Amino acid sequence: MSSAYDQKPDAGAPLLEIKNLEVGFQTQNGLVQAVRGASLTLRAGETLAIVGESGSGKSTTAHAVINLLPGSGQVTGGQILFEGRDLTKFTQNEMEDVRGKLIGFVPQDPMSNLNPVWSIGFQVEEAIKANGIATGKKEIKKHAIEVLKEAGLADADKRLRQFPHQFSGGMRQRVLIGMGLSSRPKLLIADEPTSALDVTVQRTILDNLEKLTREIGTALLFITHDLGLAAERAEHLVVMYKGQVVESGPSKEILQNPLHPYTQRLVAAAPSLASRRIQSSSHALGDIDYSAPTSARGVDLIKAAENRAEQQAVAPKREASIVVENLTKVYKIRGSKGDFKAVDDVSFQIERGTTTALVGESGSGKSTVAKMLLRLEDVTAGKILINGTDTAPLKGRALLDLRRKMQPVFQDPYGSLDPLRNIGNTIAEPLTTHKIGDSASRRARVLELLDQVSLPATLATRYPNELSGGQRQRVAIARALALKPDIVILDEAVSALDVLVQAQILQLLTDLQTELGLTYLFITHDLAVVRVIADNVCVMQRGKIVEKATTDEVFDHPQMEYTKELLNAIPGAGIALGV
Amino acid sequence: MAGYILRRLLQAIPVFIGTTFLIYFMVFALPGDPIIALFGDKTPNPAIVAQLRAQYHLDQPFIVQYLIYMGGIFRGDFGISFSGQPVTEILARTFPVTLRLAVIALLIETIAGILVGMIAGLRKGKIFDGTTLAVSLILISLPVFVIAFVAQFVFGVQLGWARTTVGTGAPTQDLILPAFVLASISFAQIVRLTRSSVIETSGLDFVRTAYSKGLGRRRIVPVHILRNSLIPVVTYLATDFGVLLVGATVTEGIFNVPGVGNTLYQAIIRGEGPTVVSFVTVMVLIYLLVNLAVDLLYGLLDPRIRYVK
Repeated sequence: MSSAYDQKPDAGAPLLEIKNLEVGFQTQNGLVQAVRGASLTLRAGETLAIVGESGSGKSTTAHAVINLLPGSGQVTGGQILFEGRDLTKFTQNEMEDVRGKLIGFVPQDPMSNLNPVWSIGFQVEEAIKANGIATGKKEIKKHAIEVLKEAGLADADKRLRQFPHQFSGGMRQRVLIGMGLSSRPKLLIADEPTSALDVTVQRTILDNLEKLTREIGTALLFITHDLGLAAERAEHLVVMYKGQVVESGPSKEILQNPLHPYTQRLVAAAPSLASRRIQSSSHALGDIDYSAPTSARGVDLIKAAENRAEQQAVAPKREASIVVENLTKVYKIRGSKGDFKAVDDVSFQIERGTTTALVGESGSGKSTVAKMLLRLEDVTAGKILINGTDTAPLKGRALLDLRRKMQPVFQDPYGSLDPLRNIGNTIAEPLTTHKIGDSASRRARVLELLDQVSLPATLATRYPNELSGGQRQRVAIARALALKPDIVILDEAVSALDVLVQAQILQLLTDLQTELGLTYLFITHDLAVVRVIADNVCVMQRGKIVEKATTDEVFDHPQMEYTKELLNAIPGAGIALGV
Repeated sequence: MAGYILRRLLQAIPVFIGTTFLIYFMVFALPGDPIIALFGDKTPNPAIVAQLRAQYHLDQPFIVQYLIYMGGIFRGDFGISFSGQPVTEILARTFPVTLRLAVIALLIETIAGILVGMIAGLRKGKIFDGTTLAVSLILISLPVFVIAFVAQFVFGVQLGWARTTVGTGAPTQDLILPAFVLASISFAQIVRLTRSSVIETSGLDFVRTAYSKGLGRRRIVPVHILRNSLIPVVTYLATDFGVLLVGATVTEGIFNVPGVGNTLYQAIIRGEGPTVVSFVTVMVLIYLLVNLAVDLLYGLLDPRIRYVK
């Protein structure tokens, strides 16, 4: 695959050159190829992003570079040339000198990548010691503090002796970045360094990472599933699909003129880009055509959003399905005097058949609102009216009836399905609980539901572990719809999914809403998806609703500083403005 | 921390009262008359029987007997056995023997178990691992008395390395063979536990991150893998120490070890209420203390565990 930047005249010798890399995993059914002939070139000081969905081989490629393939993974062909030396021929001992010292690594999940039983200081110091950056206890400690301060931990000297669980996710990721850069490596591999974090935190961390790598002159190999993010942060893009590099070249070129059908689909589906495009097209400001290429197959989120806007404009005023008045939740904290107000005087209402998005960072109280609506948490103060009925005094039969009208879909499609129950039984469970129909009619309903969420009927006898994340989330939606509810509460229902799958699920939700007249409360931290699914938006910060308006108003004329910050943090923001 | 310990000790009080009551009640409810049984085949003299009954308060209703007994315990008097010895003396004689036996067994199973389990875990799927799994499975499936008799026969009779029964005063070298027998089953459990724990930890993200920092295997195995893997093993070891301390009836019986388990067994057979209840009471106390020690040990191994007031 030749790419435009190969011929860049002013470039020096490549720092990292991957040639026809093949990586396989030994399984019971023989060797499974995860990377098939991938090639890429990264020059000193440059930034290159590998984009692809999960299973595309992007992380595997990165792990192959530092010879840390999980389990039975092995390089079966090709070369990884680092400063001209082939890393695939290195022994474990030789690799030890490369890892950390020449090639730093920032892993994906900050929660699981620090050893919980050792202090932060210990873990940073051992990296510094192992790479011989400093000697002597005092020097090493001084260097550790310095490294952490650079990475954005201002009070590093005080927090050295604390343990990972005393740090927030963003703080831990800063520690990991500090660790990865501690020995001033020539190359830093960042494997989805911020996908587990809130958008605003993501932005600060990536800004800092960019600044640091530029100062040190470290080349950055950035791995992400978010095309918008990749284009914003990297000069060059490599798009991977099913283990192969399908497209590579300068970021802007790929974004504006994607050649491969897969890239075209990605560009069309990326919510961050879609919401940007809607903005630029509605303002007719952009001189570049951001609309999806006509050849793009699959889901086009812009169309969905446009339809939504049109419908909303013509729709008559509808009655309120959910009314929340002055809702407050206070948690008593053991051993501390002050109570914690998770939700503080929140009021909003949702009209029947519309979608309201509740947006905020983690800890803003949005999920607590959902739990109180579902009566999974008690209300401290305030009122919740569902179809005009106060839910607080409901008990027994009446509560069961309420639950029948209101169903949840949760974030984690892996955790929310019982692994020991087949799909058919999972979907039928609400029917059994509410004693609806006999076994024959339940079976018929299950098949009908599977059809509604576009899953084959044969899936009814399969088990969750045989399904992909997207399929699982469809099952969760089918289960939520089993009782023909009026209201569906979607708590981060698409956050854990790949962009293409995310787009499909959003499309599905939109279709179901039109078809069945559902009311959605859509909870998310990602403003980008809000644009394509929601009619109204409530922005939450520290338990309070700080802004409440229609989606268009929020995106076009955000009132609060916090909302503007959230909007700016949507990856890809810089592209629309910069071009 | 001190508040936590105090709270745990206070919690032990109702447990202590409840268990002694239950045990006392069960011994009381045992069929047969222990005083008549003392006479064996001879016809008991009614006057002597009545006198013995009065001496052991057996003529009183159950609740009175229990209260008299508990009153004694709080004065440090655990009652008198049928052989005329104070129970405290029996405890003082048997407990040190069992303690020595337990410590030796624990040392053997800890050192050997963790070492073998760790190597097996690090070499998952290799020959050493397979052999270890097979041997540990055999050890777990064998009843302890089979292992005891085989050990007695091979090492005691045929090789003559050890004595088949423990001599008077229970010299420590005599306790080594029974300790090995006791340790064998727990050893197998610890091997399997350590092995699976090491395998699990080795696959965790932070281990990969440790490699990516440039650390070598020699540092990663003890610092990042072993310490994290030991948390479940420590739980097992601690409860196992509790089990060992309250005596191993079968093994002590076979090797004739004059320890807690053996003595308790004899007392149950003879229906000696005070002896049985006193022994069990002490065992319950040991269990509570060992459990507390385990919970405190967790805090040392895993900083995430904090003690709420």
